Amino acid sequence: MIKYILKRVGYLILTLFLVASITFFLMKLLPGTPFNNPKLPPDQIEALKAQYGLDKPVWQQYLSYMLGLLHGDMGMSFQFSGQSVSYLIMSRIGPSLQLGLQAMILGTLLGILLGAVAAIRKNTWVDSVATIFAILGRSIPNFVFAALLQFFLAYKLRLFPIALWDGFSSSILPTIALAMAPLANTARFMRTEMVDVLNSDYIELARSKGETRWQTVANHALRNSMIPIVTIIGPMAVDLMVGSLVVENVFAIPGIGEQFVKSITTNDYPVIMGLTIMYSFMLTVVILIVDILYGVIDPRIRLNEEAN
Amino acid sequence: MERILDVKNLEIDFKTYAGTVHAIRDVDFHLNKGETLAIVGESGSGKSVTVRTLMGLLASNAKIVGGSVDFEGKDIVQMSEKELTHLRGNDIAMIFQDPMTSLDPTMTIGKQVAEPLRLHTKISEKAALAEAVRVLELVGITNAKARLKDYPHQFSGGQRQRIVIAIAIINNPKILIADEPTTALDVTIQAQILELLKEVQEKIDTSIIFITHDLGVVAGIADRVAVMYAGKIIEYGQVDEIFYNAQHPYTWGLLEAMPTLETKSDRLYAIPGTPPNLINPPAGDAFAARNEFALAIDLQQEPPFFQVSPTHAAATWLLDPQAPKVTLPPEIQRRHQIWEEKFANKGVNA
Repeated sequence: MIKYILKRVGYLILTLFLVASITFFLMKLLPGTPFNNPKLPPDQIEALKAQYGLDKPVWQQYLSYMLGLLHGDMGMSFQFSGQSVSYLIMSRIGPSLQLGLQAMILGTLLGILLGAVAAIRKNTWVDSVATIFAILGRSIPNFVFAALLQFFLAYKLRLFPIALWDGFSSSILPTIALAMAPLANTARFMRTEMVDVLNSDYIELARSKGETRWQTVANHALRNSMIPIVTIIGPMAVDLMVGSLVVENVFAIPGIGEQFVKSITTNDYPVIMGLTIMYSFMLTVVILIVDILYGVIDPRIRLNEEAN
Repeated sequence: MERILDVKNLEIDFKTYAGTVHAIRDVDFHLNKGETLAIVGESGSGKSVTVRTLMGLLASNAKIVGGSVDFEGKDIVQMSEKELTHLRGNDIAMIFQDPMTSLDPTMTIGKQVAEPLRLHTKISEKAALAEAVRVLELVGITNAKARLKDYPHQFSGGQRQRIVIAIAIINNPKILIADEPTTALDVTIQAQILELLKEVQEKIDTSIIFITHDLGVVAGIADRVAVMYAGKIIEYGQVDEIFYNAQHPYTWGLLEAMPTLETKSDRLYAIPGTPPNLINPPAGDAFAARNEFALAIDLQQEPPFFQVSPTHAAATWLLDPQAPKVTLPPEIQRRHQIWEEKFANKGVNA
């Protein structure tokens, strides 16, 4: 197991290297420069470029950036002079990470519950309600939920703060808005899989042992139905990272998503690079966790990995 | 002989989109204590539905329209779900067809084998696992103690079927239902599993209902045989009576279709046609349309059971005193001759 994880960490580093390289060169293809203020005289632009090393050939810029990266130095922001990229990310990532995690946990847990209940009560009104709920959750964008929740629960009923980032209570509404999509997705997958599993031979055998329907669900069906759920956790995590952007905006939360958009429109190269690398890092870590989770849930996979 | 199970006039319908399927039509049979009863029939003849009734495990679209299943003075058909839960895996246990799919892939073998014990008795996990080791050894899993923590995929098909049998017998059930337990296995393993079932039967002193479509398997294991066709039992008797003195043309067809060492022809016999649609069961004998010996009355009126011996009966008009004598197929003639020579004078032990 340790050997396997070490191997995966090696792949992770390779992935990050490739992502950093590709992003670097793609960024060089972006039109415009970071210093596009029309009031700046040409010689000052040249001076600025020289200051940030942008006058050197691209390969030299690439080498010096990668060398810096090796030392954990992601450079300074062009936009906010004097602020390092690491500092910018660190000061902004907290709320985004918290929202993402909360939404993920809330969404998958409720999704599993909803999907399981729909499967157990297949073709009844419970199933229909769950299906409608899943379709709505999947098709309505999260910023619409965000606005609706904000209007009714915060503005009309005054149950939660309307916006800003001030303690746990202000994270509840954005979390719910963000959790809708993963919830709907998980519920849909869970229902399909659970219907299959409940029709399987080992459930019939469990029934023949003298288990009640609910016992077969708790002892056998849930765990087996969760195997494909693990598969979609990765893509859902990406959705959450990217999707949190607009929701953060609706609730005026000082998260990382807002920062990302700003830095792209201003050609703030080091910040774009830094955020891309950070997103890739989080994603690869999620995928690694998912793969380990697979083994925890499904012993067949565990064994194959050990054999390799 | 003491009866442990008595099925009377069982009628089961299935609601489908095409209409109501009369899957089980007036089925009557009993199981004696300690014996093995084989129920033989082709796919869709109703044998699996019949035994699932005994466990109260029918599909949700199935409805028991009539009849009773008497087990130790109680009618299983009338039992509440709670009583059935107590019955299943405790008094009556089941062995399934496909060992590759009937074990939970994500649960250790030890837990799965110990589960029936933990469900029906107040026993600690440790004691239940010790008991699991005992039954696993009984069914021939070597090094059982070390393998408790293994998962189903770490066992071969034959071993998995042994584990399924271990699950079924851990509570010493009074009736063991084996639903085509060897169909998914290759021939050498089949023989081992049949041998194991016989051993187990002796050791835990249980009665077995053995479902199969393979008469070859029946010969080795059954005491009595019931032949099912289109949701009805059409002939039953002691195993020798069915093999050597069959009276129903459908049973003849099954026997002819079974290759033996004496089979000289290079073509294997197959019963022509297909079973009838049970949404509108035909009037008369359901087998009449495929029966080369069918009489005019077969198309109009259902034949009653004609008793051949105290233990043997067949539902065919050919046994009616007024019926014409028919020339038997050569294979059946051969078998009836063996019957005359070997058994007829001695009589069969009832």
